[in-house]
Amino acid sequence: MVDSGLRRALAHPMFVAGMGLVGLISLAAILAPLITPIDPTALDVNNVLKAPSLAHPFGTDALGRDVLSRMLYGGRVSLWVGFLAVGLSVSLGLFFGLVAGYFGGLVDEVVMRGVDVMLCFPSFFLILAVIAFLEPSLTNIMIIIGLTSWMGVARLVRAEALTLKHRDFVRAAKLAGAGNSRILLRHILPNAAAPVLVSATLGVAGAILTESSLSFLGLGVQPPMPSWGNMLLEGKEVLEIAPWLSLFPGIAILLTVLGYNLLGESLRDILDPRLRQ
Amino acid sequence: MLALLHRLLIKTVWLVVVFLGITLVSFWVMHLAPGKPTDLQTDLNPLITPEAVARLEKLYGLDQPVHIQYWLWLKRLSKLDFGNALTGDRRPVWDKIKERLPLTFGMNLAALILTLSLAIPIGVTAAAKQNGFFDRASTVFVFVGFAMPGFWLALLLMLLFGIVWPIFPISGLTSPDHALMPWWRQTLDLCAHLAMPMFIYVFGGLAGMSRYMRSSMLEVLRQDYILTARAKGLSERVVIYRHALRNALLPVITLLGLSIPGLIGGSVIIEQIFSLPGLGQLFYQGVMSRDYPLIMANLVLGAGLTLAGNMLADVGYSLADPRIRSGGGNG
Repeated sequence: MVDSGLRRALAHPMFVAGMGLVGLISLAAILAPLITPIDPTALDVNNVLKAPSLAHPFGTDALGRDVLSRMLYGGRVSLWVGFLAVGLSVSLGLFFGLVAGYFGGLVDEVVMRGVDVMLCFPSFFLILAVIAFLEPSLTNIMIIIGLTSWMGVARLVRAEALTLKHRDFVRAAKLAGAGNSRILLRHILPNAAAPVLVSATLGVAGAILTESSLSFLGLGVQPPMPSWGNMLLEGKEVLEIAPWLSLFPGIAILLTVLGYNLLGESLRDILDPRLRQ
Repeated sequence: MLALLHRLLIKTVWLVVVFLGITLVSFWVMHLAPGKPTDLQTDLNPLITPEAVARLEKLYGLDQPVHIQYWLWLKRLSKLDFGNALTGDRRPVWDKIKERLPLTFGMNLAALILTLSLAIPIGVTAAAKQNGFFDRASTVFVFVGFAMPGFWLALLLMLLFGIVWPIFPISGLTSPDHALMPWWRQTLDLCAHLAMPMFIYVFGGLAGMSRYMRSSMLEVLRQDYILTARAKGLSERVVIYRHALRNALLPVITLLGLSIPGLIGGSVIIEQIFSLPGLGQLFYQGVMSRDYPLIMANLVLGAGLTLAGNMLADVGYSLADPRIRSGGGNG
């Protein structure tokens, strides 16, 4: 079963491409200290705004910092924000979705109306406003992205729980005396895992885009900590004399988001039996 | 018809509730967060006394409890009075918004129309020959479009068409000598300034919209009535453009209404990059200076537009689909 799933995945070109991109970028971020010995925050006033060369493959920025090194460490920041924000949003979505779908009635009504309200928020506006009032720190960004993006997962999980709770195996478990929490966690949750995995993978891409947009506006990750978004902000100031500063971090964002989107879409294909022919 | 009116009434009551909820939450979050609009005036002033800070807060009504402030704000809102800006020129917020609304609204509307007129043919053509060359090419485009951060595309365009080949101006709405130009050159000048931002708006929306059109079309083409239409010998052209397209457009109407929050968010970034004097830029300035009335007014506007979009989606849906209109379904 697992074996055939794996084989199907490896025969899926989108999956292979997505996995390759995501794997490569994650590896580069994790192994950053091994790839380049240069400190991403080390200033070098003698080598300011140098074009790409052998010593600095991606050039240096306005403070003489090595762009390659900043990109690798910036990748850590972006992936970290993406994973934790999605972790939070998936946990919230799972909780509310399971509770609403399984218990139904008034609980369902209240939770789903709450979801409707959240979906009506002009979320990027709100994120901007909140971040500006709180300190724009890494933790705050993750939390606010997580808090404003759990609704999709909640809807998905609720729908699954609604149909699953009437299935025979759940009734059997109930007859055998299993409590609500055991049924939810052992019988319903695993069966809702596939769509959640797809949605989480796509969510990482969305969170990374939001983080980089915020950082680009100066309301995200704060210097000297590198992030692809704030590197592009710095690059914009010297676009005319040092275009490479605006080039490489953008490519990194594009490829990362592309990788997670490819992975998510192909997982949807692979995991959804209804689409399979 | 009566069922539709009934639905609309319920929907309207619900909208008011949601609207109040949004403003309440926004207000609370902003006021509970550390940092006040007066900070910018007081933090850097070494001579300021605590009494002076208190006076300043009293002047702006910041010394009242949050719920009283919210109530007062709501009362003013009912008279369409958003208050005065706390920072900058301190003019009434509504006046500031009014003069910036046409640019942002106009650009977004034009972008939406352009996007739709490109996305519909792309989606239909891709779906008509699923897995054909065009379908595959447009799928690649869609994935790149989804992953492309708008602000980076802006930087690339500025670099390419503003610096390497200086065809388009890279910032602002008009050239310095705009006022001296004859009207037709003024128009050209404006268009040149808006070309790159418009391209980014359209590029950003095109991926999602054309993908949506394609999957909606594929869904329709699987239906029995398409099989019937083909079986009775109608040409592929008629089947696709007369029978399928009309039904496939339905979900796209919904997406149109629901795409409004994204447009609002996009305006902040694009107007900021290109220094366009629109609403997004105003909001950004308000956020940076913690100007409560200005931020709240923008949030109200954003929430209002989002809700209107939802409503539009709903009404459009029920007008286009007789099954919903007759009140048979519960959707």
